Amino acid sequence: MAELTRMETDDVTMGPPAGLRGVAVDFASDQRAFKNVSWGKAMMWIFLLSDTFIFGCFLLAYMTARMSTPVPWPNPSEVFALNIGGQEIPLILIAIMTFILISSSGTMAMAVNFGYRRERGKTAALMLLTAALGATFVGMQAFEWTKLITEGVRPWGNPWGAAQFGSSFFMITGFHGTHVTFGVIFLLITARKVWRGDFDTGRRGFFTSRKGNYEIVEIMGLYWHFVDLVWVFIFAFFYLW
Amino acid sequence: MAQAQAHSGQQHPIRLYLVVWGLLFVLSTFSYLVDYLGIQGYLRWTLIIVFMMLKAGLIVAIFMHMAWERLALVYAILLPPLLVLVFVAMMASESHYTIFTRLAFLGGAGS
Repeated sequence: MAELTRMETDDVTMGPPAGLRGVAVDFASDQRAFKNVSWGKAMMWIFLLSDTFIFGCFLLAYMTARMSTPVPWPNPSEVFALNIGGQEIPLILIAIMTFILISSSGTMAMAVNFGYRRERGKTAALMLLTAALGATFVGMQAFEWTKLITEGVRPWGNPWGAAQFGSSFFMITGFHGTHVTFGVIFLLITARKVWRGDFDTGRRGFFTSRKGNYEIVEIMGLYWHFVDLVWVFIFAFFYLW
Repeated sequence: MAQAQAHSGQQHPIRLYLVVWGLLFVLSTFSYLVDYLGIQGYLRWTLIIVFMMLKAGLIVAIFMHMAWERLALVYAILLPPLLVLVFVAMMASESHYTIFTRLAFLGGAGS
């Protein structure tokens, strides 16, 4: 009992005991396990965890389809090649999309940083840049879909091999593209609030009637980086494998 | 320190983000080169997984600030996805059985 009291005091002054013991103390404590994490950030992380399982199941379904079909899988390196200047360059569009999404993650990380320094001009500008890069990504994805559809790829078949290629492709990239699109929309909304100075003046939210703070930029950033993270896995398993 | 962070939010030098950004670019280039150079077989799959995990690690640890979060949150978020690996093992086994039946009884005609 005495030890427990000591640990609770430590918690306020010096942080939790090190390692797993600290985890156990946090989870065994009253009311809240994530001591120094705001509810907004904790809930975003828990949402992202659930999203991880969704994308995990999509990639699993794709793995199962690809492993269990006796028909050869279309070669993504050729399917996603682009003809530039008379030369077939494998997977080039996907590579460019990858670089664009990574760059958008970089600008987002810097937006979070400037947010906490209360430089709202720079924060809003970097968020808008992030949104622009995200919109570019979605645009290139629309181009890719159009190209594949005109070449005859359907969810139930394609000219090159296993029929499940189309359904896996549209399902996985479609769901990811939807995530990016929603990310862009919320980036624009949050950037507007930052630009207007809502988090300096304590203006109340339209929907929640609560005052926000610059942590919302970081929470928005978590979602955006997650979209980038999912793309890392899609790029590896669907396009490169 | 943890308390100080709780009040001021995650605050790290811009330089750190630029370095990670650069590393992600380099790693993505390597991933792309795996395909561009036409590396095949186990070497291809190993390289793809290694570059993927390095990129994912950098994004989660630095960009998403997991490296500085309290351990209780880190474990609560990062451990559950490992269970997906159990699911992977189950579905891999199931796929082997499916393709066996397709080849043995449908003569490879079922797709």
